[in-house]
Amino acid sequence: MSHSKPHLTRRSLLTGAAGLALSAPMLGRAWAQEPTPINMLAWYGHAEPDMVAEFEAENNVKFVPKYYAGGDNMLALIAQSPPGTYDVILSDAEFVQQLNAAGYIEEMDASLFPFDDFWPEYQNFPGHWTGDQLWSVMVRFGLLGVSYNTDALSAKEAMSYNAFWNPKVTGKVGHFDWHLPSLGQLSLLNGNRAPSPFDISEDMWDALQEKTLSLKPQVGGYFDYGGTFSSLKNADMLAMCGIGDWITGVLQKDGAPVASVIPEEGGIQWTESYSIGKGSTKQEIVTKFIQYMLSPKGQVKSIQMAAYPGLSPTKSGWKAIQEANPAEAERSGLIDGHDQSPLKLLAEQRLFFRDIPRQQTLEDWNDFWSEYKTA
Amino acid sequence: MAKRPSVYPYVWRLPLLIWQGLFFIGPLCLMVAMSFWLVRNYRMEPDFVFKNWDRMLSRGFFWDAYWVTFLRATLAATLASLLAFPASFALAFRTSETVRRWAIFFLIVPFFTSYLVRIYAWQVLLAGNGPLNAILGLVGLGPFTMLSTGFGAMVGYMTLVLPLVVILQTFSLAAIDRNLIEAARNLGANPRATLFQVIIPAAKVGLIIGFIFAFILTFGEFVSPFYLGGSNPPTLSILIVDTTKSGQQWPRAAVVAVIMIVTLFLAAFAAVAAAYRRRS
Repeated sequence: MSHSKPHLTRRSLLTGAAGLALSAPMLGRAWAQEPTPINMLAWYGHAEPDMVAEFEAENNVKFVPKYYAGGDNMLALIAQSPPGTYDVILSDAEFVQQLNAAGYIEEMDASLFPFDDFWPEYQNFPGHWTGDQLWSVMVRFGLLGVSYNTDALSAKEAMSYNAFWNPKVTGKVGHFDWHLPSLGQLSLLNGNRAPSPFDISEDMWDALQEKTLSLKPQVGGYFDYGGTFSSLKNADMLAMCGIGDWITGVLQKDGAPVASVIPEEGGIQWTESYSIGKGSTKQEIVTKFIQYMLSPKGQVKSIQMAAYPGLSPTKSGWKAIQEANPAEAERSGLIDGHDQSPLKLLAEQRLFFRDIPRQQTLEDWNDFWSEYKTA
Repeated sequence: MAKRPSVYPYVWRLPLLIWQGLFFIGPLCLMVAMSFWLVRNYRMEPDFVFKNWDRMLSRGFFWDAYWVTFLRATLAATLASLLAFPASFALAFRTSETVRRWAIFFLIVPFFTSYLVRIYAWQVLLAGNGPLNAILGLVGLGPFTMLSTGFGAMVGYMTLVLPLVVILQTFSLAAIDRNLIEAARNLGANPRATLFQVIIPAAKVGLIIGFIFAFILTFGEFVSPFYLGGSNPPTLSILIVDTTKSGQQWPRAAVVAVIMIVTLFLAAFAAVAAAYRRRS
């Protein structure tokens, strides 16, 4: 029986050191703290790597998204979950009041957010404040107007919602299948501007229904998010009601001949805002995340979000995108004095915040939408 | 001494009863009950009110969607039965056993792939600038609008049901006693009379079962009318989705679903009655 006596040679020392060096990252990873999960309720795309990977790496957190489609769906998901389920909630601005009324969100400390950096038009967004109390912080928005195939219609023809009745697009007008944006746009065409296309009397509502039904012979279909993309991309639909650059902006990057404009009658603004979920135990890091999204770096990411582009409500966001991607700033009108600049459109009273119906119920609008679809 | 009844057959029936109870009767009862519930603040609350029934059944759009669904399903079932028959006839009477076996295998193969994926493939093929229009363009035809039309939805329905109807018809036709056909010919019946007076009556059960399967599957279909038909006009399945999307009105969607189930039961019973009715 032989016993080999261990002895240290230069070779074994070097081999051991190299092995230790190679395995160090694994050991480090094992010892590192697990990332803190942050439960996010949002539209698709907001917790994807292009938006949150950097923040996750810097703060050792991991976003766990629950994506919804539509404000009703969002409210139902919260209603059916115990308090504290969602740490951060991204909602359409018109649903913030309902979130607040139902007690689903925490009050926020306004001093922690850079409201001085917001364009004055967006500093006190309707429904986000009750007196001095802040409930939600707007992070991005977009414009809904006439979206069209540039081979079928000229920009001039698209400068009115009457473009949807143009014989060139008969049978090729699509609707994004949600009543609020489409009916809001057609309400503008009917001249319902003051106080808002969503705040209309019964007579105006009757006239709006009649106008909408007159569009039916032009309509080729009603589409969800994916269907809207493919029908415009394949030129199966040549004009689309109820959408804007959030769809055509993505398609343009793929080279599709589509564009969106805000017509003379005006456009509808969609707005997305972050709130802190009621009972969340991670309010500090969620606040930090919202601050990050409002920073110039975060706003550049938001403007160019892979799922669907948005616009920035902050001055520094505009400056940052002009430096980081001048072509995108030009395309999306984030330049002072630009024809399609949202600030210019607001000043000209050609832009209206999307809202829920004020003099009718959501049910009334929804029932009519079903009737319109089967007409 | 009376013979003790054996529990053996009941034990073997038990799994089926449990299965049907858990996955059919139970959910069905829950759905009927749900149709009387109410939604408050986006939450369903158990109740017993007729509000949902009244609201849905008094709306014109519900009945429009109902008749669209009914007529489309009837058309799809008729079309599938007619298109399938020549193929089934050939497989049953004009091919060898081996060829028939292979044909059945290839008819089953499409079910191995996702139906949704096949519909997406049709979306590409039927697009305005898609390959089908490109081919038609080569012979100076088109382009035709095929997507977001009734035609598009019908293509989807056929994708779903045609292989199944061919299989059912083939089994039914192949099972006909050949002596009956021989006898008809010996008695001087021409091919047309043999087909209509011997073959079709003999295969009646299978043909009706094929038709009703096609009707049931297309009546409740969501994917084709949505992705190929452009929801224009919407069918009952699309109405269910719309109803749940807006205001989370699951109880109203349950009303639509109950009406659909009642319709399908009636259709199925009528079909079975027609299939097994004795000739007077």
